Amino acid sequence: MQKTYYDPADLKKFGKISDWNEALGAKFFDYYGKVFEAGALTEREKSLIALAVAHTIQCPYCIDAYTGDGLQRGITKEEMMEALHVAAAIRGGASLVHGVQMMNKVNKLDM
Amino acid sequence: MITSLHKRESELANSKRQLEILSNGIFKQGELPTFKQKISETGQFPLRAKKLEILQINLGYMCNQVCEHCHVDAGPDRKEIMTPETMLQCLEVIKSTGAHTLDLTGGAPEMNPNFRWFVDEAYKAGIKDFIVRSNLTILQTNKKYHDLPGFFKKHNIHVVSSMPHWTRGKTDKQRGDGVFDKSIKALKELNAIGYGMPDSPLRLDLVYNPSGAFLPSNQKSLEKDFKKALFDDFNIHFHHLFAITNLPISRFLDYLIASENYEDYMCALVEAYNPSAVKNVMCTNTLSVSWDGFLYDCDFNQMLQLPVNSKVKHISEYNEHLLEGRTIVTSQHCYGCTAGAGSSCQGTLA
Ligand code: SF4
Ligand code: SF4
Repeated sequence: MQKTYYDPADLKKFGKISDWNEALGAKFFDYYGKVFEAGALTEREKSLIALAVAHTIQCPYCIDAYTGDGLQRGITKEEMMEALHVAAAIRGGASLVHGVQMMNKVNKLDM
Repeated sequence: MITSLHKRESELANSKRQLEILSNGIFKQGELPTFKQKISETGQFPLRAKKLEILQINLGYMCNQVCEHCHVDAGPDRKEIMTPETMLQCLEVIKSTGAHTLDLTGGAPEMNPNFRWFVDEAYKAGIKDFIVRSNLTILQTNKKYHDLPGFFKKHNIHVVSSMPHWTRGKTDKQRGDGVFDKSIKALKELNAIGYGMPDSPLRLDLVYNPSGAFLPSNQKSLEKDFKKALFDDFNIHFHHLFAITNLPISRFLDYLIASENYEDYMCALVEAYNPSAVKNVMCTNTLSVSWDGFLYDCDFNQMLQLPVNSKVKHISEYNEHLLEGRTIVTSQHCYGCTAGAGSSCQGTLA
């Protein structure tokens, strides 16, 4: 059995997902490429969003990839950490905002 | 503060040791193809020198800084300085060459005691693009250099200066404490006399090297970010940004090994190999002259002590005709020139 669930070397094989479904793989990578091109947002801004989302979904491949990408773009560690706090705040906030639901329920059921 | 590899008596101060490292390990075990194998895949081996366009002269390895990534292993302790005799030999070539660019580098070329005289004389040859690679801080370091911006202007020098980032933290980490503030001051002074201003003929370009074990991203977008940040924060203008990949030699190689990034960095360079950058690598149109007058295909080969593959070895025997068409001496460090958009002293290639 494989000893670890993640192998850093697998990131480089990402493109191989197309081997088993070329048409959908090609569509995905084409879309992916287009998404990260500069548009209303700069490539730099998109890279920071990707880094924050990577931490939210806790994908080690994406964290590796977008930390490297950020460094290449001259994004500072301070900017990276701030982006992560935005992700963490939304994540934490998303848990806490459900507290209103809990409170509603308690208020309804409790005497 | 770090010191030069020479001062530390590090084994990497020896270029033979560097070449051994670059030829063994992952390249010997066949995990990665050698540069020769790689460029052979597209029939580009051997690389050959075309017509000379850029004459790059290294006036000495002495520098007021000791940057962590320096491929020259420059520093205040380096005593290798071009003598007036070798300068005279260079001037003979400068007067007769068909090259359109003369590029003075170092160390800090300004620290050569005969720098001003040499520039005066070379200027008379009327070469179209006369570059001095100035590290900026030298212009602020000592009173005797304070007049240099004006001196550059008088000789219509194209100033090319290093700036690894637009923030203090990243710049000082790579180049030493206080470097950022001094560089900003120097850039303001250069701007004040017209250098780097929009539409000004006094050219001021910046060089960006990544401050770590990663490759530079797109030159155009980095230039945009640098321009915006330096203008917004300091009202500074410059013309172009050259994004240069750090080659795995000298102090940068030392850093890669010490930080256990060497293999990953070499993999990244090989993976980013771009065959279309190969035909424009700078050794094909450049000649590098060392402080003692020997000839090399590029500044990196000079530091690795890999002399030109030609009968003509020294500036005193210079013969443009004999040098043209020579085969270029390569090793695995050359992957640094062919990664991504390619890299040269004038920025990206492809
Ligand atoms: S300023 Fe240039 S030559 Fe001097 S140590 Fe730094 S990189 Fe090397
Ligand atoms: S390192 Fe020098 S010899 Fe090698 S490709 Fe680059 S410019 Fe050419």
